[in-house]
Amino acid sequence: MITDAVVDLSRLQFALTAMYHFLFVPLTLGLAFMLAIMESVYVMTGKQIYKDMTKFWGKLFGINFALGVTTGLTMEFQFGTNWSYYSHYVGDVFGAPLAIEGLMAFFLESTFVGLFFFGWDRMSKVKHLMVTWLVALGSNFSALWILIANGWMQHPVGAEFNYETMRMEMTSFAELVLNPVAQVKFVHTVSAGYVTAAVFVLAISAFYILKGRDLPFARRSFAIASAFGLAACLSVILLGDESGYELGDVQKSKLAAIEAEWETHPAPAAFTLIGLPNSEEMTTDYAVRIPYVLGLIATRSTTEEVKGIKDLIAEHEVRIRNGMVAYDLLQKLRAGEASDAERVLFDEKKVDLGYGLLLQRYTSQVIDATDEQIAQAARDTIPSVGPMFWAFRIMVASGFWMLLIFALSFYYTARRTAWHKPWLMKAAFITLPVPWIASEAGWFVAEFGRQPWAVGEILPTFSAVSVLTANEILTSLILFILFYTLLAIVEVYLMQRFIRLGPSSLHTGRYHFEQQSSPSSKPSQVTA
Amino acid sequence: MLFDYETLKLIWWILIGVLLIGFAVTDGFDMGGCALLPLLAKNDDERRVVINTMAPHWDGNQVWFITAGGALFAAWPLVYAAAFSGLYWAMMLVLFALFFRPVGFDYRSKLDDPRWRNAWDWGLVIGGAVPALVFGIAFGNLLQGVPFQYDELLRPSYQGSFFALLNPFALLCGFVSLSMLALHGATWVQMRTHGPVEARARSLARTLGLTTLIAFALAGLWLTLAIPGYQIVHLPDLGGPSNPMLKEVLRVEGAWLHNYAAYPLTLLAPILAGVGLLAASFLAGAQRPALAFVSSAIAITGIILTAGFSMFPFVMPSSLVANASLTLWDAASSPGTLNVMTWAAIIFVPIILGYTAWCYRTMWQKIGVDFIRKNPHSLY
Repeated sequence: MITDAVVDLSRLQFALTAMYHFLFVPLTLGLAFMLAIMESVYVMTGKQIYKDMTKFWGKLFGINFALGVTTGLTMEFQFGTNWSYYSHYVGDVFGAPLAIEGLMAFFLESTFVGLFFFGWDRMSKVKHLMVTWLVALGSNFSALWILIANGWMQHPVGAEFNYETMRMEMTSFAELVLNPVAQVKFVHTVSAGYVTAAVFVLAISAFYILKGRDLPFARRSFAIASAFGLAACLSVILLGDESGYELGDVQKSKLAAIEAEWETHPAPAAFTLIGLPNSEEMTTDYAVRIPYVLGLIATRSTTEEVKGIKDLIAEHEVRIRNGMVAYDLLQKLRAGEASDAERVLFDEKKVDLGYGLLLQRYTSQVIDATDEQIAQAARDTIPSVGPMFWAFRIMVASGFWMLLIFALSFYYTARRTAWHKPWLMKAAFITLPVPWIASEAGWFVAEFGRQPWAVGEILPTFSAVSVLTANEILTSLILFILFYTLLAIVEVYLMQRFIRLGPSSLHTGRYHFEQQSSPSSKPSQVTA
Repeated sequence: MLFDYETLKLIWWILIGVLLIGFAVTDGFDMGGCALLPLLAKNDDERRVVINTMAPHWDGNQVWFITAGGALFAAWPLVYAAAFSGLYWAMMLVLFALFFRPVGFDYRSKLDDPRWRNAWDWGLVIGGAVPALVFGIAFGNLLQGVPFQYDELLRPSYQGSFFALLNPFALLCGFVSLSMLALHGATWVQMRTHGPVEARARSLARTLGLTTLIAFALAGLWLTLAIPGYQIVHLPDLGGPSNPMLKEVLRVEGAWLHNYAAYPLTLLAPILAGVGLLAASFLAGAQRPALAFVSSAIAITGIILTAGFSMFPFVMPSSLVANASLTLWDAASSPGTLNVMTWAAIIFVPIILGYTAWCYRTMWQKIGVDFIRKNPHSLY
């Protein structure tokens, strides 16, 4: 028996485990690339300090990577354990990129990552550099395939419903891979990963510079991070704008919720910079609007309209009524009682079958839905506006803040004065949590904004869950929370310990805490 | 399109088998080795010896498991959906046990505190032993049938409890699986170490080869005498759409032996298993660990194939509604998806095998306590 409690708990468990997983993913994506860059500099210049940089940042990479692997396992299990109808209904399409991710990306990344850590003395410099690049390549490929899978949930292309097997089936692999939403998401997401790693290195290097420790090491790290970060940050923002354009095209409800765009205004629509969305009254109080901008971002034109929420709800109500017809025909088809005319009619109406399934939440029979239930289902097709509106603005503000920090860091690094500006070092240091805030807010917008759909306009979230009891899910959810909390404590403890030690943790004898003369030197108990 | 639908379905039964065997042969030795950690090593240095034979490889090995899961999702979505949701607590148990591995390997030697290290060592033992045990228990239950059914829109639901999975036959299968992977781990450690750790690995491998053989033979006997199998009595079209409700299935005494009678060549699987186990035990004792490792890999292949051949074409029989049983003919993805996936496998599996072999060769050496003492900071 599927109840709202089962659905809500399944969603909460997925959201928590996915968002937790994504604390580690962006740093892996970006840091793998930065390690490859640092090691390339080492191989080209032969300067030992770049090898030390690769090894030290690689140590922090390893601590982060372990939890990325751990929490990634949960994601693979969870589609089957908690979203079994989803797995059945779309596995034919959604499973393929996941399997190819394993074959093409995970194997590459995971097979070579062991050699990155343990192979320094067992192969030539150039071979080791190649290993490091393959790890970076593997992790980025993995992001490509997972975002193709996610892009399909947002905008399902290249697939068709088959009533005989009662599921979506792939009609074009090329369309799945070249899905414009997936492509834009991929570049936006990996760039965000590069930004995360750049901020990580920048902030920690700034910490050493502020403490006056290991300056040659910290300054070089800071310089690489500022250049890499500036390029990545510009790319995230430009590609984020590209996402906005894609949304205007294919995910109108999400865009309308982000913008609290209640009414369809004459083109080009104004962009609501800030305000207080009021879902009861369907208005935005105290709104500060910039004329034309939303229309330009979403449609790249001054004449196309951006649809408002009220109009979208009316459109969806029509599609839900169509979907009821499709659902009725589906039952006849499955019972083998449909005439040829009904078969043809089903093919015509099946694009709206998903809208019909939306009614499962309100009445298990679907076709007996009352006008009241249909109207309610139509209203529920718009994701909750307040959280969307704010999460989006938090993400964008974080992005521009990081752009500012990178621009200043890069400018002053180029002028060789950055490390003499404590205000800049302090600003860089306090920016440390910002990329994580931006990533989590961004994923919240992407996935909360997909509601009420598990797969856009195809399969409602309500219908996608496994047949489990609320108590079972609650129990596993509590276990996840306990276990993940414990892991977080351990990870943060190790991270801060190695960050405080800095490159001295390499035991080369060249760094701060290993210098006899250093007044603040203290004995280290850390080994590896 | 290269193959017709019927052939594609068969190919994916083989490929899922290949991935499972790949998982058991690679990840199997690090799980088995970790499960034996307290028996193989008596102090911190020795434990680090054992762990560092696996250090560069466990993560790549684990991808066999992850990819097998992904391939199950893509090629047999009905099996993935029904098995993972039905066996919810068994899956959660495996998942939580697996959590201990990445962090156990990577974090244990980062601090000197013995309590810290002991705690992670136990984590590695759990991360090795529990999945090995549960996978065997899962196979034991598949052989008996699992209580699940479908509603009219093909939504699977499971009608049993977690504790019902822990029946005596399934526990015996769990023991076979644990003992088999422990043997594999012991031969690996014997092959890659010297000194006291190697000696302990040798004597463990000798014993484990025999216990696995006895347990495997007992399970076979039990299956033959007391576990009824399933048989398709009517299936409209092998190349038809994947809908498990179209066929008729009966539960029949001795049905799991039908394939062996019909195709005697399949008897090679249990024979390979038995011979491999005996050879592994003998060769380990005779100090030929590399050959012992290969023998145990052959034995693993034989054991997994034995289960596969017995059930063929069944994958997940339903003890509740026999007709709803999942077989390779009606649990598969559409022809288009299977075709894409086949191409992906044809292209990538050889590449993977190639670079995996290169990585193993690059890191190949026998290590002992001296190696750990020389590199205390750069090893696990």
